[in-house]
Amino acid sequence: MASSTETVETVNELTGAYKYGFVTDIETDFSPVGLSEETVRFISARKNEPEWLLDWRLKALALWRKMEEPRWAMVSYPAIDYQGLHYYAAPKAKTDGPKSLDEVDPELLSTYEKLGIPLKEQEILAGVVAVDAVFDSVSVATTYKAKLEEKGVIFCSFSEAVQRVPDLVRKYLGSVVPQGDNYFACLNSAVFSDGSFVFIPKGVRCPMELSTYFRINAQNTGQFERTLIVAEEGAYVSYLEGCTAPQRDEHQLHAAVVELVALDDAEIKYSTVQNWYPGDVEGKGGVYNFVTKRGACRGKRSKISWTQVETGSAVTWKYPSCILQGDDSVGEFYSVAITNNAQQADTGTKMIHIGKNTRSTIVSKGIAAGRSDNTYRGLVRVLAGAEGARNYSQCDSLLIGDKSGAHTVPYIESRTPFSTLEHEATTARISDDQLFLCRQRGLSPEEAVALIVNGFCKEVLQNLPMEFAVEAQKLVGISLEGSVG
Amino acid sequence: MANGLVIKDLHVNVGEREILKGISLSVEPGKVHAIMGPNGSGKSTLAHVISGRPGYEVTGGSVEFNGVDVLEMEPEERAAAGLFLAFQYPVEIPGVTNTVFLKTALNAQRKARGEAEMDPMAFLKFLRDKAKLLQLRDEMLKRPLNVGFSGGEKKRNEMLQMAVLEPKLAILDETDSGLDIDALRIVAEGVNAQRSPERSFLVITHYQRLLDYIVPDVVHVLAHGRIVETGDADLARRLEKTGYADYTPAA
Ligand SMILES: Nc1ncnc2c1ncn2[C@@H]1O[C@H](COP(=O)(O)OP(=O)(O)O)[C@@H](O)[C@H]1O
Ligand SMILES: [Mg+2]
Repeated sequence: MASSTETVETVNELTGAYKYGFVTDIETDFSPVGLSEETVRFISARKNEPEWLLDWRLKALALWRKMEEPRWAMVSYPAIDYQGLHYYAAPKAKTDGPKSLDEVDPELLSTYEKLGIPLKEQEILAGVVAVDAVFDSVSVATTYKAKLEEKGVIFCSFSEAVQRVPDLVRKYLGSVVPQGDNYFACLNSAVFSDGSFVFIPKGVRCPMELSTYFRINAQNTGQFERTLIVAEEGAYVSYLEGCTAPQRDEHQLHAAVVELVALDDAEIKYSTVQNWYPGDVEGKGGVYNFVTKRGACRGKRSKISWTQVETGSAVTWKYPSCILQGDDSVGEFYSVAITNNAQQADTGTKMIHIGKNTRSTIVSKGIAAGRSDNTYRGLVRVLAGAEGARNYSQCDSLLIGDKSGAHTVPYIESRTPFSTLEHEATTARISDDQLFLCRQRGLSPEEAVALIVNGFCKEVLQNLPMEFAVEAQKLVGISLEGSVG
Repeated sequence: MANGLVIKDLHVNVGEREILKGISLSVEPGKVHAIMGPNGSGKSTLAHVISGRPGYEVTGGSVEFNGVDVLEMEPEERAAAGLFLAFQYPVEIPGVTNTVFLKTALNAQRKARGEAEMDPMAFLKFLRDKAKLLQLRDEMLKRPLNVGFSGGEKKRNEMLQMAVLEPKLAILDETDSGLDIDALRIVAEGVNAQRSPERSFLVITHYQRLLDYIVPDVVHVLAHGRIVETGDADLARRLEKTGYADYTPAA
């Protein structure tokens, strides 16, 4: 059976509320609770990091201590006790890091099976997807490595990259999102534990979709992964991340950083299906998702495309952005953000036009049900030298019920008269007539909402890699359960 | 009990106002009944109550379909039981193609009846054949439901949905209004092609014109929430000449 079919079937079987809320019982190696220089040194030492990286982390910690938590987003949540968290949690392994799947704890593998991740060797050999799985803070198994390495593609955990290709890591780390960029990125820079590293050398088209699954398991633990993707001249890669977390009554903090670098004629397609635990109907528990994602189109004619499907988390604060530096470079942002019950999402993008004839497209679909709040916040900035820049933005909101809110906050700044900026926004509601039509034809209210919402999001969902589009469609339906009737 | 649709002394309120004031009506399997009447007489209300649209309060009477009380059923359960309503004002669903909509609907009904889902390729062929009968181009099947359709296309598309879902009782709510003579003929042929000893129709219309093509077994006149006259196809022809002026509100 193809791995993707299995994933789809897993989603198929799911009924009821949050499907990934189970906890894996596994021995865990924690850092001491709280955040201090000791914590940072502990993490760095566990990972056997070189001196320069420890210094880099310590510099971030010093900066972070002087910063204030941002409060401008349309989200509200109680103060986070940064001293009450663990910053590092790793499943205890028999040896230091598994060399093959046989060495991975069977409990872990069964967790991944439940999540529908195609880790099994035979599937991977037949498969189209190479998977790097991050469990709490460490990368468990990176599959399909050999095949990629033939092509010179490096796809491994961040920690492994630090050991194997330190010069590459050092060259690009923080070059898109510097340590002091913002509060959460700065925190991540000090304590990031693992993540994925991808390097596609000059002229190589990555022969398969790369994908990472992130899973928060341990209790009272923040997750701070860091992903770095570099595509050299003429390279191409499509990368997908998926995320889940167990159901817990207390909130879980997730502050990730993703940096993308595209050189001349390179293209990076980055897709996210985010389904962290959203909390219960009353807003108890759920993941705080504070993420900084940014791509630099450094080279001429380079292209970075973000596609995100955000259905989970209690609070989402996320603005995948593109810095369009190279002339004729292209940035894209396709987003579906769904909030239900007491969820809050403030998400959008930034497109910074620096090079000449740079182009960007923004398509945002926000769906708000229950008592949730859903905000699109986007910035399009055209700098003085960016003659011929073009942007097209389309922000559509769909409301379900009469207690939810959708907000659109577009910022548009242009410092050159030679640019074309278009912005369209719509707000609609699922009408009683539409619901009744669907029910008259035989659909349950929930099936009707799933169908209507999938239609509303179609332009975005069709940008996902094929194997994941079906899964995302199901997820859209699942995350809106209980929103009507 | 396959005795079709049986409505007895049905009273319906919208808010404080009584709209249907005691309707009794039986449509046996295989029969075509027409309901005619002036605007505002309660024709759509009757169609909506039979199919379970929220917003109406049934204050008295009963509606049974093949011996089952449909007023107790959810709209989707009524659909699976074979009740179909062709809407007077079809609504749009952006982004959902005609094909996806119909496939989802058909499979939902089949699932509810404990039948297997239809094979996707077999469904496509089935759908294309039905579309051809209604002279709907294949291209229309790929377009989002009713989005940008002309009035006539919307009505023909309702008939396509009926043809695909193969209901036991189809209620057509003014499917003829706004159609030119060619479209009217296509719709009527679509209906006639579906007539069978098991399938019955309730054809709601304001004009007699449609009934030249779909010849009814029984014609009812609905005025001010009551059925004021029942007859055969000749009644419709008579109304064409006299209009509804004779049916003054009951005192
Ligand atoms: N939802 C509603 N709210 C208020 N009045 C309604 C509603 N639906 C129907 N009515 C009233 O009920 C009467 C019958 O309407 P309708 O069933 O649409 O008539 P017809 O289809 O015969 O033209 C009209 O007077 C109409 O104004
Ligand atoms: Mg009407």
